[in-house]
Amino acid sequence: MSALTGRETGARRAAAAPGTRRARHRRRAPGEPRAVGYLYVLPALAVFGVFLLWPLAQTGWLSLLHWDGLTRASWAGLDNYQDLLTDPELRVPFAHAAVLLLFYAALPVAVGLLLTAALTRFRIRGMTFFRTVLFLPQVLAMVVVGVAWRAVLAPDGLLNDTLGALGLSGLARSWLGDDTWALPAVGTIGTWVETGLCLVLFLAGAQRIPRELYEAARIDGAGPVREFLTVTLPGLRAEVAVALTLTLVAALRNFDLIYITTSGGPGNATSVPSYEVYRRAFESGEVGSASAMGITLTAVIFALTMVVTRFVEGRSR
Amino acid sequence: MNTSRTERGVTYGILALFALIALTPVAGILSTALARQDSLKTGFALPDGLNWHNFADAWTRGHFGSYLFNSVLVAVAVVAATTVLATLAAYAFGTMRFPGSEVLFYLFVVGLTLPQEAVIVPLYFDLRHWGLTDTYWGLILPQTAQSLAFGVFWMRTYFRNTPRSLLEAARIDGATHWSTLTRILVPMGRPAFSTLTVIVFMWTWNEFLMALVMVSDEAHRTVPLGLAFFQGQHSSDTALLAAAATLIALPVVAVYLLLQRRFIQGMLTGSAKE
Repeated sequence: MSALTGRETGARRAAAAPGTRRARHRRRAPGEPRAVGYLYVLPALAVFGVFLLWPLAQTGWLSLLHWDGLTRASWAGLDNYQDLLTDPELRVPFAHAAVLLLFYAALPVAVGLLLTAALTRFRIRGMTFFRTVLFLPQVLAMVVVGVAWRAVLAPDGLLNDTLGALGLSGLARSWLGDDTWALPAVGTIGTWVETGLCLVLFLAGAQRIPRELYEAARIDGAGPVREFLTVTLPGLRAEVAVALTLTLVAALRNFDLIYITTSGGPGNATSVPSYEVYRRAFESGEVGSASAMGITLTAVIFALTMVVTRFVEGRSR
Repeated sequence: MNTSRTERGVTYGILALFALIALTPVAGILSTALARQDSLKTGFALPDGLNWHNFADAWTRGHFGSYLFNSVLVAVAVVAATTVLATLAAYAFGTMRFPGSEVLFYLFVVGLTLPQEAVIVPLYFDLRHWGLTDTYWGLILPQTAQSLAFGVFWMRTYFRNTPRSLLEAARIDGATHWSTLTRILVPMGRPAFSTLTVIVFMWTWNEFLMALVMVSDEAHRTVPLGLAFFQGQHSSDTALLAAAATLIALPVVAVYLLLQRRFIQGMLTGSAKE
């Protein structure tokens, strides 16, 4: 990240002032011209190529075939991709993914920003403790997170017990087994995992905003809202971009959690693209369709991260 | 002054509330892990005594002893291979100039954003064809490839940030490019290496999809996979399930508590390009 933005600003500066020594120096790749560089890169490239780049190309090829994984494959052309657009059974997972983006990305970023606005008005003591606890969900295996949350959301779990204690036992239900509520329930787990990440990122970023800016805003008579909009939010633009990128990728790559909590059910109430890729390829023998879905998911992730980089980070000029 | 005091109260109140929310499911697992096995409650009441034998049961009845061995073996191998290969490649990308280096580097960076779902299907058929499914290699090699994206990116940043004058001084003293790397840059780079190590260790330890697809026999199961199967078989046995989940989380959480800064730094700056 830092390296890349460093390069970009370098290039921009070079474009602004062509011909200066500094600009020319910046534009050049670092170090000595050395052919031995290839030798250093080769082992990593071999492993990376054989086990990542080559399979990626193969997925592209498989997505153009009808194949059950066993018998002879037949050419499908773009049929598998067309099915993604027309077959409701294949469109539903992407709609679910869109809902989960709200829970995994939009909500944590919004909550993180609001809390940061409330929390930056003075130096917080014990920040190390809060940071450690808030970030904790990020280091737990999603399998463990899933098991922990199943216990919370179970019919006799903590959530229903709490509702009962509040006299709201009418609202209690089997959250993960409910057609309507399973998807929001899974989304809530995502919100739980990602909110701490956003908060830790934004609080760290806010500490770097110069105090004088806040003082200047206050002298100008800005209230908490103005202060947030004119000082905190612009100061956190880079952090918002990072948070959005990380959380949206997490939202779209949530196979582990779905597998452990609902397996896409009940019915297909929580089926998502990453789970469908697995189910189709390894359970129902629709390898071509699974591959087309994998490629599409990848394209969506690339497109969204590019949008975030463009619009959130790019506006800082 | 008065407003400031309420403000402080509210601030710490909010932080404490969110800390509590973050800890509740974790505390629930811990308390269930220590509960009596016949207690049907998945509840959060204080357990009736500390039933440490749940862990022993999970270890023997759930075969978590052998799963932990597999996980340790795979994680150590992936961390070692990633560190060596990423350091070599990043050294070239960070300190040398050769045609195509930019393009090659960006190939690795693409790997940061690439979801496993984009490669897992053909990877399974390839590894099966090569006879590598249900082997440790089938877990180690693909995960090394995945970790290399982060490794190369992360270590290149380190090599780029070392002062140019240092490299020039080494060259003037007659050091070859190899001895510059092994004698100067590697010993100096301990912080960068320790971040790389903890991050790759955590990813490998927690990896689920790859293990689920590549391993079908019990002998090569890693702990996350073991937990998933354990849940399928003993879903009513909440105490054992929770004990098993605790055993899985424990190593990573312990390292995280010790090296909290490295984790956060690595996951935020490194994966920022994801």
